[in-house]
Amino acid sequence: MIGNEPKGFSVLDLLSLELKEQNALDLSCVAGRAGLGRQITVPDINRPGLALAGFYESFAWNRLQVFGRGEYAYLSKLDAEGSYEAVNTLFSYDIPCCIFTSSLNPSSSFTDAAEKAGCPVLVTSLNSNEFSGRVLRVLSDIFAPKTTMHGVLVEVFGIGILLVGDSGVGKSETALELIERGHRLVADDVVEIRCVNGSILMGQGANKVIGHHMEIRGLGIINITHLYGVGAIRDKKQIQLVCQLEDWDPDKVYDRIGMDELSTDILGVKVPMLEIPVKPGRNIPIIIETASMNERLKKMGYHSAKEFNQNIMRWLESENARTLYFSRDDY
Amino acid sequence: MVELETTIRNRAGIHARPSAMIAQMAIKFSSRIFLEKNGNKINAKSIMGIITLAASFGSKIRITAEGSDEVAAAEAIKALFESGFNEELG
Repeated sequence: MIGNEPKGFSVLDLLSLELKEQNALDLSCVAGRAGLGRQITVPDINRPGLALAGFYESFAWNRLQVFGRGEYAYLSKLDAEGSYEAVNTLFSYDIPCCIFTSSLNPSSSFTDAAEKAGCPVLVTSLNSNEFSGRVLRVLSDIFAPKTTMHGVLVEVFGIGILLVGDSGVGKSETALELIERGHRLVADDVVEIRCVNGSILMGQGANKVIGHHMEIRGLGIINITHLYGVGAIRDKKQIQLVCQLEDWDPDKVYDRIGMDELSTDILGVKVPMLEIPVKPGRNIPIIIETASMNERLKKMGYHSAKEFNQNIMRWLESENARTLYFSRDDY
Repeated sequence: MVELETTIRNRAGIHARPSAMIAQMAIKFSSRIFLEKNGNKINAKSIMGIITLAASFGSKIRITAEGSDEVAAAEAIKALFESGFNEELG
């Protein structure tokens, strides 16, 4: 696992995010372009109503300052009265940026003050409610704990499986066979994993440029999208199972019943793990497929190995009772 | 060929976990190892085979081993039965 400190996230990065329709922030910069490099350090927003009114105790200056209709009306009132002190005090703080919602256009006195302070002023067409919901979602995604792992992430029968193991053990070849059998590739080689909501591990390719390419020894780089079609790929997927492929070690004891449940820790989240020994003649893709189906059964509450053992125990118990009965003296 | 007799000492009998322990022990030896109960003889290297013996508490098992390391193999399997598989003894 390679440690990964969150890189700085600037206001410009926020503006240039590529978001889907339902997440689009629709931001544009109207003033203070010089300050677009300011860093956003806290994934949260603040409504600066109290600050404008002159109350600066516990002022969360390091958050995005969101101006809705209320703040806008108050600013207009201040503007009409010709008092600019409140605005100047606000800009004396090193705030990341000001965002006006509902397409409200800040007055020229406000933008002038922002230019002077070098603080970007953004405008969005969304209303405050919708905007705060979206921006919080986007920021929590960006600020989520992150790590990258070496492995292949595939979706098999709807279960996200991360194949890990030493180089050359056959992770990519296994993934290729799985794709051939109708499953999907999420990411090869470097998988970026983010912990969403504190319990969900989302895996995706680390780099859009690398996309869904794979390196197969003897073939070189191949493009899965072109070879197998869009049905064979997926952009991101929750990691629900980790399969560790390793060369068969004759001295190691491998699980033969499936009752001891191994798990591994990724970003503080426990994920079930299987150790799968690789040996010529063992068809790993089929084993992975079966593991996936077994995992689905477990999620449905049916644990094959446990159920099997319970039946055996019941059987042994009845056998026991019979022996006892037939060995009674008064029989 | 070596033949040893033993009795199931753990209360629960030979369910999945003990049979896995037996099979795992058996595959360490090159000898052919068999377990026999009530005339049923099975290969001690097969988990499913061992389970089918339905060896409940108190049943008698005959261990037979044949091969280069037959003595060690039979003794090791016997010791496993005697230990009660780290389970509650009857």
